[in-house]
Amino acid sequence: MKGFYALLAVVAVVGAGALWYGSRPRPAPLQSAPPPVAAADGFRGYTLGSDAARVEVIEYSDFECPFCASFATVQMPVIREQLLATGKVRWRYRDFPLPGHQYARYAALAAQCGGEQGKFWEMHDQLFQHHEWAQTGKNPRALFRDFAKTVGLDLEKYDACTDGQRYAGRIQASLEEGERAGVQGTPSFFVNGKRFEGHATSDAFQALVDSLTHTRK
Amino acid sequence: MIRRQAIVLLALVGLLVATYLWLYKIGVIGELQCGTGGCEVVQTSRYADLLGIPVAFYGVAGYAVLFVLGLAGLQPARAGDRRLAVLVAALATAGFAFTLYLTSLELLVLHAICRWCIASAAIMTAIWVLALTGLRQTA
Repeated sequence: MKGFYALLAVVAVVGAGALWYGSRPRPAPLQSAPPPVAAADGFRGYTLGSDAARVEVIEYSDFECPFCASFATVQMPVIREQLLATGKVRWRYRDFPLPGHQYARYAALAAQCGGEQGKFWEMHDQLFQHHEWAQTGKNPRALFRDFAKTVGLDLEKYDACTDGQRYAGRIQASLEEGERAGVQGTPSFFVNGKRFEGHATSDAFQALVDSLTHTRK
Repeated sequence: MIRRQAIVLLALVGLLVATYLWLYKIGVIGELQCGTGGCEVVQTSRYADLLGIPVAFYGVAGYAVLFVLGLAGLQPARAGDRRLAVLVAALATAGFAFTLYLTSLELLVLHAICRWCIASAAIMTAIWVLALTGLRQTA
């Protein structure tokens, strides 16, 4: 019996040691401050829908913003089905990371790095559908990497992209473009260049698009 | 006796695993070591809290109680204590049912596997089997 208690003690000490090791302070989390990187590349944002669509909606969004997440998960599926799949609208996503959001730029970077491998919208969906990360305040690096793995990204390339902040300049340029357009909060929308002022619901977009394309029933 | 020792040892390991997940959840541990991926998806999902309390904490509490009850059962005076065996079996059954619920969430809802959660599920399943067979022997 003494041997058993000794075994328990060993397991407890080794386990406690492992927990202590795991709880040591890690390098400081990624900050949301503008990185000293690279100029923009003229990129105009990832799009969904037909290039031939007569209506273009530009969305300025922030992956850490709860309203954006709500829009992306509640309204956007209906919009994709009713307006994008039918060829009526082309949707353009622009990054507008708000300064108060610690990981918004990093999330935008993760999505752009997904886009580099042809999976921007898949990363976009992961970031918004599992939005609890934005409430925890934890460094989401490992979680975003999980997202990248889930959507099938080559993790080596993804790591190189995020670690090198490859698209930081592109994100900054998108933010500045939004500021010039008068964006003050997220999500903000522009429909064929005109600011969308209403309550952003799928019904509202449907009605506006119908009015623009003269197909109102 | 060996069965009860195994329950105590498993409960201790389970307690360490649950503590690890709980420390992550409350921000003491920054990143989970999760080679298969999916741990943080699970741990930051809305299912990682129940009634405002991290699910991992229920694990900590459950394993701690099983550990203490198991230690008590190792005392010679309690070697044939039927009530203690029933209590351990009842707690292990509740833990096993909770484990089934959490694992089904991972597989069917989140589509993400947290290896630490699976480890805990395996430990709780083993405790449950041992507790039930122990119960039969004290009948």
